Amino acid sequence: MNDLVRRLRVPVVSVVLALAATWLLLVVVDAPPLDALWQIWNGSLGRLSKIPDTLIAWVPLTLAAAGLIVTFQAGMWNIGVEGQIVMGAIGAAFVVRELSGPPAVVIVAAFVVGALFGIFWALIPGYLRTRFGVHEIFSGVALVFVASAIAVYLIIGPWSRTGVASTSGTDLFEERYWLPTVGADEYSWLAILVAVAAVVAIAVLMRGTRYGLRLKAVGKNHHSAFLMGIPTNAYMLSAFAMCGALAGIAGTVQALGFHHKLVPSISGNYGFLAILVVLLAGFRALWTAPIALFFAAMLVGSTQLSLRLGIDSSLAGVIQGMLVLFILVVGAWQAQRTRRLARRAETATTAGGG
Amino acid sequence: MALELRSIHKHFGAVRANDGVTLEVQEGELHGVLGENGAGKSTLMKVISGFIEADSGEVHLHGERLALQSPDDAIKAGIGMLHQDPLVFLPLTVLDNFLLGSPGSFRLNRRAGEQALREAADRYGFSFDPGALAQTLTVGERQQLEIARLLWLGARVLILDEPTTGISAAQREKLFEILNRLAEDGMIVLFVSHKLEEIEQLCHRATVMQRGKVVGHVDAPFSSDQLVEMMFGDVVVSEGRPDAALGSTVLELDAVTVSERLTTVEELSLHVAAGEVLGLAGLEGSGQRTFLQACAGLLKPKAGTIRLGDVDLTGRRYRNFLDAGVHYLPAGRLEEGLVAGMSIAEHFELTSGNASFFVDWNGAEAAATRDIEHHFIKGTKESVAESLSGGNQQRLLLAMMPDDVRLLLMEHPTRGLDIESADWVWTQLLARRESGTAIVFASADLDELLRYSDRIAVFFSGNVLRIVDAGTTTPDELGFLIGGKESVP
Ligand SMILES: Nc1ncnc2c1ncn2[C@@H]1O[C@H](COP(=O)(O)OP(=O)(O)OP(=O)(O)O)[C@@H](O)[C@H]1O
Ligand SMILES: [Mg+2]
Repeated sequence: MNDLVRRLRVPVVSVVLALAATWLLLVVVDAPPLDALWQIWNGSLGRLSKIPDTLIAWVPLTLAAAGLIVTFQAGMWNIGVEGQIVMGAIGAAFVVRELSGPPAVVIVAAFVVGALFGIFWALIPGYLRTRFGVHEIFSGVALVFVASAIAVYLIIGPWSRTGVASTSGTDLFEERYWLPTVGADEYSWLAILVAVAAVVAIAVLMRGTRYGLRLKAVGKNHHSAFLMGIPTNAYMLSAFAMCGALAGIAGTVQALGFHHKLVPSISGNYGFLAILVVLLAGFRALWTAPIALFFAAMLVGSTQLSLRLGIDSSLAGVIQGMLVLFILVVGAWQAQRTRRLARRAETATTAGGG
Repeated sequence: MALELRSIHKHFGAVRANDGVTLEVQEGELHGVLGENGAGKSTLMKVISGFIEADSGEVHLHGERLALQSPDDAIKAGIGMLHQDPLVFLPLTVLDNFLLGSPGSFRLNRRAGEQALREAADRYGFSFDPGALAQTLTVGERQQLEIARLLWLGARVLILDEPTTGISAAQREKLFEILNRLAEDGMIVLFVSHKLEEIEQLCHRATVMQRGKVVGHVDAPFSSDQLVEMMFGDVVVSEGRPDAALGSTVLELDAVTVSERLTTVEELSLHVAAGEVLGLAGLEGSGQRTFLQACAGLLKPKAGTIRLGDVDLTGRRYRNFLDAGVHYLPAGRLEEGLVAGMSIAEHFELTSGNASFFVDWNGAEAAATRDIEHHFIKGTKESVAESLSGGNQQRLLLAMMPDDVRLLLMEHPTRGLDIESADWVWTQLLARRESGTAIVFASADLDELLRYSDRIAVFFSGNVLRIVDAGTTTPDELGFLIGGKESVP
């Protein structure tokens, strides 16, 4: 119980601080704060009709976050996840454009190829890191740009709409290859199922299996892990591959379930946002789901702000950024406090997280 | 009336690292602190030097009660602690390093600093040159630099926690000389060590600790037996290596040349038989580590062959060496062995050899509890590696070793261990040797080398100067060989 309180302290204090700062910001720009927050709530989870919109953002965010849990456990910052989502979307688009057959077969094939494209794109920084020691942050960022460029090239080049070449996207995919939805819902139960399954699978994999245990050792002390006989390079590559696969699936969902075509901004910044989600979740897989939901709600709800209150919707981004900053600051403060407490030994410093 | 500790308590969770320690040390006294691994010596030293805050208890210096909340408070009160491997800024000069921690104003007073450094050097016989780059200093000289700095900061109490691990015998003599001179000047010196002969040679008085408590104080001249008895109750320290029949050749090197950074081992030919213990002597960095890493498959030789039994492993990967039954335990316990942030139970599970996809955590924790008891590790299954005392980290590493090791390679197997633990470690190692494991170990401790090896290979600047029979050589001969001299003058 006490442990739970300790764990929750950082997120709760951070959220309160971020809300307070947002409040201040809204007052400064002369907007009614309560009303603004109400609009965000109402535009996302507060109204039944808006919930599918929120889930549309939640699914790719959660998938990418689940993937990043794996690379973080291996001690790496897979910043390139954004590009891996784009490549997944490209792979899926390729399948539904080029293949025809029973929808179930084509959709499954699209998921597989999307995941493979994501894996391929993730293995590049993985290979550069394990083989040449190139830091994955640098190669990752570069590859995000390359992936976007490839998408744009396809959209205005080989896959351009009949007659017009425009950056607004390719032709819509055949409707039978769209992800299945229930009734008139705009959103696919399949995508939600995939995201939930991914979070649960990753949580189990990281905490309950030998693979997760070894990956943790690799992430915390690469050298000791190697001496124990763990093939560290293979483990690091597998972490990249797993993250890439989930990012690729996120891209597939974006293409087949939401846009129904390939657009230049298909990844919707979900990869970058997912990094914040994982930081906020303290690298714990199960926590990514609710935190991603919160992020998704902010994102979707804040579009109401411009509509109703004439405030720029980028406010959501500001709040999210502040949240992460506060999390980091409060987290550091907490760590310092624990250390101080430990010095007075009112609490034990042993064990703790896990 | 000088340094006085009254009823110091310090708990880490359920562990009572210091449980009511009371101690008095007079001016000019060299005071030894002894005790088994995990007895609470380091904790006590950290309390006195402000690195950790005690739960309760008082520290008095010259009759005045001190409020110690940080190392800064301690040094202002005149208490300085020398770290085992003093932190110096390598690319800077000795003088710059000295000035970095200088007292007083924002503006550096180079002239005064240099003057102070030279005076200290003259007075206490420090051997370094103020203009030299810090990276050219040996560990011993870094200690001298740190002592000079603490003196300049006004230290009247000097704390040394196991200062002699990792320095040569000559450097140790030098350190002792300096400490003696400091004591003559009225300095209070607290000296933590596991080596009884050091305490006997250096200290005027000693305090023995056990499980966080003071067992008693003893005045010089000490009797080793008495000290050992106070530390552990009655123990019989084993007589060392019983003769064992050697088996077939396990490790065979033929004209191996291997290099790592600055050290090159050239054209080394050597063989070790099953059940044999080969000691590696030499100054730190003379090629022992390079040699061990080559035998472990971590460094690929440039020339020559390495065979394990009948298998040629030259140029093969570390994994192949592991599979062939090679096990390597390097010196850096937390850097190259254990994983900080992971618990004892996780460590055991990592090295258990289990291959199931899911980890049976209930079983693993039960097994860990058993192993902790069996190897006398002071800690619980949840303790993270970095919370263990140095000696217990070594016990954990040994406990993690698989059963079927054919060739065991070790660096400083008992560095930082108390006598009883060291003895226990060697009992374990010798039992393995009985069952045919070949053991190759590097050590800076001549006693250990002579006591447990069958043969000793002496390294000097990358080459094996000579391989001597441990049964017939003498500490003197070994000392000369280590210094690079082929024969006793
Ligand atoms: N930061 C910490 N957190 C939890 N337990 C600790 C911590 N530091 C020390 N301990 C525990 O306190 C006890 C005393 O440790 P300490 O390091 O003082 O022993 P020591 O006498 O210096 O042993 P050694 O001879 O092995 O260096 C040990 O059981 C150790 O595991
Ligand atoms: Mg200690």
